[in-house]
Amino acid sequence: MADPAKKDEAAGRKDVPQDAVPNLTKVEVAEATTIAEVETVLDAPVERGEPILQVRNLVKHFPLTQGILFRRQIGAVKAVDGLSFDLYQGETLGIVGESGCGKSTVAKLLMTLETATAGEVFYKGQDITKLSGRALKAVRRNIQMVFQDPYTSLNPRMTVGDIIGEPFEIHPEVAPKGDRRRKVRDLLDVVGLNPEYINRYPHQFSGGQRQRIGIARGLALNPEIIICDEPVSALDVSVQAQVINLMEKLQDEFNLSYIFIAHDLSIVRHISDRVGVMYLGKMAEIGTDTEIYDHPTHPYTQALLSAVPVPDPAAREGRERIILVGDVPSPANPPSGCRFRTRCWKAEDKCAKEVPLLAIPQRFVGANTPAAHESACHFAEEKDVVHA
Amino acid sequence: MPEIYDSPQSGPGTRASNAALAANRGESPTSPKAPAAGPGPADTVRDEQVRSLWGDAWRDLRRNPYFVISSLLVVLLLFIAVFPSWFTSADPRDTDLTNHFLTKPELGSFFTADWFGYDNQGRSIYARVIYGTRASIQVGVGVTVLVTIFGGLMGMLAGYFGGWLDALLSRVTDVFFGIPFLLGALVVLNAFTDRTVSVVIGALAFLGWTQIARVMRAAVITTKQADYVVAAKALGAGTGRILAKHILPNAMAPVIVVATIALGGYISAEATLSYLGMGLAEPTISWGIDISTASKVVRNNPHALFFPAGMLTLTVFAFIMLGDAVRDALDPKLR
Amino acid sequence: MTTIDKTASAPSRRIEDDGDTPLLDVRDLHVEFKTRDSLVKAVNGVSYSVRAGETLAVLGESGSGKSVTAQAIMGILDMPPGRIPHGEIRFRGKDMLAMPNDERRKLRGRKIAMIFQDALSSLNPVLSVGYQLGEMFRVHEGLSRKAAKAKSIDLMDRVRIPAARERVNDYPHQFSGGMRQRIMIAMAMALEPDLIIADEPTTALDVTVQAQVMELLAELQAEYNMGLILITHDLGVVADVADKIAVMYAGRIVETAPVHELYKRPAHPYTRGLLDSIPRLDQKGQELYAIKGLPPNLTQIPPGCAFNPRCPKADDICRTEVPLLLSVTERDGTDLPGRGSACHFWKETIHG
Repeated sequence: MADPAKKDEAAGRKDVPQDAVPNLTKVEVAEATTIAEVETVLDAPVERGEPILQVRNLVKHFPLTQGILFRRQIGAVKAVDGLSFDLYQGETLGIVGESGCGKSTVAKLLMTLETATAGEVFYKGQDITKLSGRALKAVRRNIQMVFQDPYTSLNPRMTVGDIIGEPFEIHPEVAPKGDRRRKVRDLLDVVGLNPEYINRYPHQFSGGQRQRIGIARGLALNPEIIICDEPVSALDVSVQAQVINLMEKLQDEFNLSYIFIAHDLSIVRHISDRVGVMYLGKMAEIGTDTEIYDHPTHPYTQALLSAVPVPDPAAREGRERIILVGDVPSPANPPSGCRFRTRCWKAEDKCAKEVPLLAIPQRFVGANTPAAHESACHFAEEKDVVHA
Repeated sequence: MPEIYDSPQSGPGTRASNAALAANRGESPTSPKAPAAGPGPADTVRDEQVRSLWGDAWRDLRRNPYFVISSLLVVLLLFIAVFPSWFTSADPRDTDLTNHFLTKPELGSFFTADWFGYDNQGRSIYARVIYGTRASIQVGVGVTVLVTIFGGLMGMLAGYFGGWLDALLSRVTDVFFGIPFLLGALVVLNAFTDRTVSVVIGALAFLGWTQIARVMRAAVITTKQADYVVAAKALGAGTGRILAKHILPNAMAPVIVVATIALGGYISAEATLSYLGMGLAEPTISWGIDISTASKVVRNNPHALFFPAGMLTLTVFAFIMLGDAVRDALDPKLR
Repeated sequence: MTTIDKTASAPSRRIEDDGDTPLLDVRDLHVEFKTRDSLVKAVNGVSYSVRAGETLAVLGESGSGKSVTAQAIMGILDMPPGRIPHGEIRFRGKDMLAMPNDERRKLRGRKIAMIFQDALSSLNPVLSVGYQLGEMFRVHEGLSRKAAKAKSIDLMDRVRIPAARERVNDYPHQFSGGMRQRIMIAMAMALEPDLIIADEPTTALDVTVQAQVMELLAELQAEYNMGLILITHDLGVVADVADKIAVMYAGRIVETAPVHELYKRPAHPYTRGLLDSIPRLDQKGQELYAIKGLPPNLTQIPPGCAFNPRCPKADDICRTEVPLLLSVTERDGTDLPGRGSACHFWKETIHG
């Protein structure tokens, strides 16, 4: 009991997984208490390149319960388990990972569609996980979402005009009533659909066209951030490129910041400025697209990249491939220490005991190399698997 | 053949989506200015605009002969119930023991008091069949409206909010579901001395709402997980708006189907109760009561039983057939 | 008809040529579906062939008819509404469409097997995995329960499912997606068929698992010298495993080529567009090339070349005349073996 301060800190940390990221920008927490103050904070402009969304130690555990009337908790699915990153104004942050890594839960948490178990999401310095009511509604105006499945994300009983116009009905202050119809037509035009289609129903459109409708709905409130959860994975190859190009064009036109969640690494590289790789609820590695794709240092990233089939048969003989054994462990019972150790070829005793922190690996600190980016591995080592 | 059917171009929307395709071809995704709506695309747009799912279902229904037959029957029954005097000039309570006691039907004399003969109190069976329609339709429609509103509300609350509310409401539903419908109705009605139409409606609705509640709950649970509901939440829509605009319209189809089929069942339940002497009572005119009285003289005068019973069967049949047709149109998967 | 079928002579690393008859030879196959108010022409004259040990990749988007062709080969089309108005499917020289039903049924499973995309819905959820694997042996080979079970453990070992002996009595839902796909492969392999048709076998899987499964499939194929028809939309997977490729669009084959040739020099604007429109892992490009417009509606395939409304090279002839799948030659006229293109302007596309 020599150092009570230290003990306190340890006690505080016990249940909340920490994700130490030393060189993240400091959050300037907004001291807003009343709704009017919050609204002022949310309306403040953010300079290009400044952080607009800051995620700190975000945790989401889904309780596993047993029993029908009297439920008791028998465990938890640790979908997101200590996640920190920044989104800068005007950039696209790609988040990749396999199914079950928690990337879709992250989207829901950032949209405050799920309540975080712990941690904060600062939008312009305002922690949005604690907001409710009118203040939350104001946040929703600024952060919008594009969904994966264009077949279930549009209400089949509403016309396209009603679907795209719904945001204006929920936030009547954005557009006066008489103006809405015209705004909807404009939005249809912006996403490359004929404005005459305003009275049609979703089932009259193809998948790619529906995704354009979904994007138009997301744009209606003129948001600053759009969170895209696998926006093109349900589309045909020839249509994917159309939608990706449209999203890039809209980003320039409306000065949007994107969080682009996907499992397709090629598409993520194409659209993203920075990329984060998730594994079992934690960020394994994060950096610019060149740092991640050409200079990965985390073994998982390397395995993931080497597993992607390259559309070039000339590459198949020479290319070295890391084929992982086994499947992703259950997030209800993740491995101790480093979560990737059960499938990692570099794993040693240390990996089972110590959780590696997401930080620039010691050996690269201060070095002027693209390998000097955050990587949560005890034995981080650069290895170019894409061009090998 | 997922390849064919998952493409939205096939199926009912075929022609419309074709027009969409044709009109969209001019569009280049890199320069997403939509083509100026020329005469061609613009015309097709106007022609094919309204193709809602309800509209498609209605189009399916109109082509279905079972729907045409059953809905004509139902409309006729509704007219009889509302305007019985249009169909007969005879008074159903007019007893004429001297001349007409148990007279056999004169099937040739259409729409006269003599048409179906007379019952054991000398009342025109034709007139009684006509006037009895009202009670049956009132009970059927009344119970259906009540259970749809109440059961639908219960199911929607339980399904949407889940958690302890769902646990509570589901247990209550289970308790009511466990009560045998007719036995329960007999017990409840036994408590009333003056069993009017509204009392019978109340008793049947009191016991019958669980079916709708269960169907509604299941439909709401499926619907609330849809991405468009999540999207509405993400836009900041309130609970009321989500329920009214997104959940209800998409969860209604199975409820409509079940309610239509159940309507026939409520009519026969009323007749059964009245037959047992626990449903409607004289002087209300009900097929069930008439079947009950006629059953005492059935050996020599089967006509007295045949016409009210036949009318009851026809009515129940019409509603069940209508429900089947509606189900085929609204929810082909349920088949 | 001057359509060629030179695909059979494509060179490959693994092919052991066993004479002139290919393992499977599909000739001018047509499939249509009658829906309530229209006739959907899903396959409109497809010809391809596979030899033992060879991998043919059928590449196409949804609605291109690639899966319907496979279902027609397997004989698992729903008929009606499906109909095969024209065409031949020759297995070892015998037309399967002309065979009596029970003879055909004997081929299915024993000689030709299929792997589906969705392993969970292809396996019966209430029967144990071991039972379902053993069923093949009980039904086709009349083995006893016990012997069949031993065989299924063998099979599970062969597709490298860990602890096969302990897991043989588990149910499908107790396995992960990758393991289920392995079980599907084990089932298809059970009777050591000559030909396997894999319909998007890895589309539902994660990339790391996808790599495992594709590797397993390629290994087993080499071991048993099987023919493999790989149906997919993923140009990456195709580049990894295929010997030759048939690109389908609107129910027709628009291009055939050995795998290296196709990626190097596509001879059809659709293939070129597809290759240009996918982002690359190893390079960061500028704007992606996008094929304009949408895949055609199969009830109203455009006249002439089905691709003409979306094609940058389209001319008047493309709107009136259906291009035939003609063989493709070098600039100086030398034959390019196994290559064909159904484009009026193939010369400009490949040499352009």
